[in-house]
Amino acid sequence: MPRRGAPPEVNAGSMADIAFLLLIFFLVTTTIETDSGLDRMLPPIEPPDENVVIKQKNIFTVNINKNGQLLVEEELTDLRNLREKAMAFLDNGGAPSGSPEYCSYCKGKRNPDSSDNPTKAIISLKNDRETKYATYITVQNELVGAYNELRNREAQRLFGRDFTDMEAEYLNPETPEEVREELKDKVQRVQDLFPQKLSEAETATN
Amino acid sequence: MAKFNKKKSADTPGVNTASLPDIVFMLLFFFMTVTTMKDSSIMVENTLPNATETKKLEKKDRVLYIYVGKPTKEFQKTYGTEPKIQLNDKFADVSEVGDFILQERAKKPQELQNVLTTALKVDSDANMGLISDIKQELRKVNALKVNYTTFEGDAFSNIE
Repeated sequence: MPRRGAPPEVNAGSMADIAFLLLIFFLVTTTIETDSGLDRMLPPIEPPDENVVIKQKNIFTVNINKNGQLLVEEELTDLRNLREKAMAFLDNGGAPSGSPEYCSYCKGKRNPDSSDNPTKAIISLKNDRETKYATYITVQNELVGAYNELRNREAQRLFGRDFTDMEAEYLNPETPEEVREELKDKVQRVQDLFPQKLSEAETATN
Repeated sequence: MAKFNKKKSADTPGVNTASLPDIVFMLLFFFMTVTTMKDSSIMVENTLPNATETKKLEKKDRVLYIYVGKPTKEFQKTYGTEPKIQLNDKFADVSEVGDFILQERAKKPQELQNVLTTALKVDSDANMGLISDIKQELRKVNALKVNYTTFEGDAFSNIE
């Protein structure tokens, strides 16, 4: 028996309904996750072998009390001025020209009583047990911001590009391998100019 | 002149819906690709603080999560209102953080075990005492890379 005409078509009228059902399911279960934050390294637990002597002028102390007030270098400071102060300290470059610690790229005041060189400068952060986490994050954010601003400035001078931008591209797994290789050296170089030395002492118990 | 208003059908033509499935499928595929299934439900209040200098956490398989915050309403009867630590699906004590990290680390493939990041998802209202204890535990098991997970936004709005 010869077949007449084309085979009958499948009715696709309910396809839209099925697709809508799936769509609504995924719409409901989707949570766009907030997975970005402040990256930090904790200090290793075993103390370094040799006792390193650090000059007092190379340490920038930040204390947060339980009410969220800041004591920066023994001075009560508003949170909004913290970034500026931290930048002034890091960028100071107090070592006299000619000495091995002289900082050629610093644009600070070159105050001999403040940090010698960005590579020597350490920020020490202490907080109370009752400090609010939100305050702590704000302080961390400002200190990281101070480093980032200085690094951006140097990266702009050397490579004509922001450091944060370069770092984000370097860390992005979708960046091609050869671009990352090239960025690695640049990122490393800028990081070496302003190494992030942020020490967090154990929390004061009082 | 009469030619123009001659043909006028009684009922308006229906809108062609043939491309509707295509549009819906497009949306469907979008949501399918961006969806991440939650592996544990959060049992603590988790309003993250804001920060501007954030970095994205790439590669989800290299991240361990620790949640800290007040237990949500339904758990407050049994666990009180003090901020608690949540590891996977249960509340935990500070002393259990180290073991948790070691266990989770052992589950990961060999080549990832040294590059793991611990993401701390901490409620803005938590106290630093608890966080310091967690940090101390993390140092003990040598999980030094941490990420304080935050929202993107003005950091000063945290303190107001």
